[in-house]
Amino acid sequence: MEKKKYQRIVDSHKPVEHRGQNAFIAFVTGGIVGVIGQLLIELYTRFLDVSTKDASVFMIITLIFIASLFTAMGFFDKWVNFCRCGLIIPITGFAHSMTSAALEYRKEGFVTGVGSNIFKLAGTVILYGVVSAWFFGLLRLLIMGG
Amino acid sequence: MTNQYKHVYVKDTATVSGPYESKGPLKNYFDRSYDDLYNGEDTWEKAEVKLMQDSIDILLEKANRSIHDVDLMVAGDLLNQITSSCYAAKKYALPFLGIYSACATSIEGIIIASTFIEGKQAKNVIASTASHNMCSEKQFRNPTEYGAPKPMTATFTATGGASILLTDEKTNIRVESTTIGKVTDMDQKDPLHMGAVMAPAAADTIYQHLSNLKRNPSYYDLILTGDLGTYGKEILLDYMKKEYNMDLSDNYNDCGTLLYDLENQKEVLAGGSGPVCSALVNYGYVMDMLRKKEVKRVLLVATGALFSPTFAFQKQPILSTAHAVGLEVVE
Repeated sequence: MEKKKYQRIVDSHKPVEHRGQNAFIAFVTGGIVGVIGQLLIELYTRFLDVSTKDASVFMIITLIFIASLFTAMGFFDKWVNFCRCGLIIPITGFAHSMTSAALEYRKEGFVTGVGSNIFKLAGTVILYGVVSAWFFGLLRLLIMGG
Repeated sequence: MTNQYKHVYVKDTATVSGPYESKGPLKNYFDRSYDDLYNGEDTWEKAEVKLMQDSIDILLEKANRSIHDVDLMVAGDLLNQITSSCYAAKKYALPFLGIYSACATSIEGIIIASTFIEGKQAKNVIASTASHNMCSEKQFRNPTEYGAPKPMTATFTATGGASILLTDEKTNIRVESTTIGKVTDMDQKDPLHMGAVMAPAAADTIYQHLSNLKRNPSYYDLILTGDLGTYGKEILLDYMKKEYNMDLSDNYNDCGTLLYDLENQKEVLAGGSGPVCSALVNYGYVMDMLRKKEVKRVLLVATGALFSPTFAFQKQPILSTAHAVGLEVVE
């Protein structure tokens, strides 16, 4: 049978993914993460007497800590699986990808295991994050003059 | 290539399962089940080695044989350089052949073992396989604690070890025929839809087997593929009809859809996979039916996707193969 004809058979038996439902769950849970982040900023500015900018950094550190801790405790992967991009897109996804890789390779040693694999998933985000930041920075310089 | 055998018998089989499999509908057919994925070891890889060794130990005990009675061990698994099988084999100091056909490994083992016995070069041969969900995730996909969402077509690598002892001494079940499948390429590139990758290989092997032996599908009481899963199973039935004009709908099933409770174990998505998936079903459930004579002739077709993450990332199509063995109750 021709490969194209076979592909048609495959496509005719492909299940319909619940895209609308997934997007809704991601929207709501991602929003909840945003609300938690904002609450943390309010909390830090009120009780720690720091500027909003510093409070934002503290908030990011808190979310990273929580995501990493929950990953290590073994249930965060199930949350991510359910919330999908609701937890992957915020900083929690980045923390989760690094912690899960570190946990996975701890038996292969600190250098050959954790060290060389911790950025297995997050490396892409860092590389293209830096490249796109540079690119948009350049655009801003050219259009707005800095 | 299809061969028929006259002097190869199944002495016994042994199965060891992990926690997900022992929650499935076939739980009572396993000789041992672990509640924990580490099963007492400190790494996933050592756990996989232990699963294979356990299945061999139980097999020898059930068959009432000592390791000195065994002439050859044939084993394979999914991990790079089939290391789990090698580490498992070390314990027994037997002549050892390491084999790889991905998830079709168990049947490849039976074919090699049967050929040695039929040729009178060996009397008792053990064929083993093992796989571990976490080892496979780690090697082929993402870190195990990473909760990457998967499509509904993805399958779930089974955890367990399974072994079969083949012998030239007469028993109630015999290896009647085998078919060695070829490498198939249907230009499928989605590693999360292995059913679509492997269905054409399974169909080709089934067709070759039946046409070489001039049989109809109804000759067998049961035709079982390895790990096509819910959607792969549908594709196979459709493809068989369109390409070979053969209707398998009466006596066909897939081990991947039998191993788990697909309604309540949602994490397995389209069903089980991995070399031990078909082996657990075949050596546990199917052997039990053969022993009780509920089925008398079965065709076991294990399917394997032949690829590595490197080849897949280089946009190469995922290849597949399928090997078949026909088992018969001796009257």
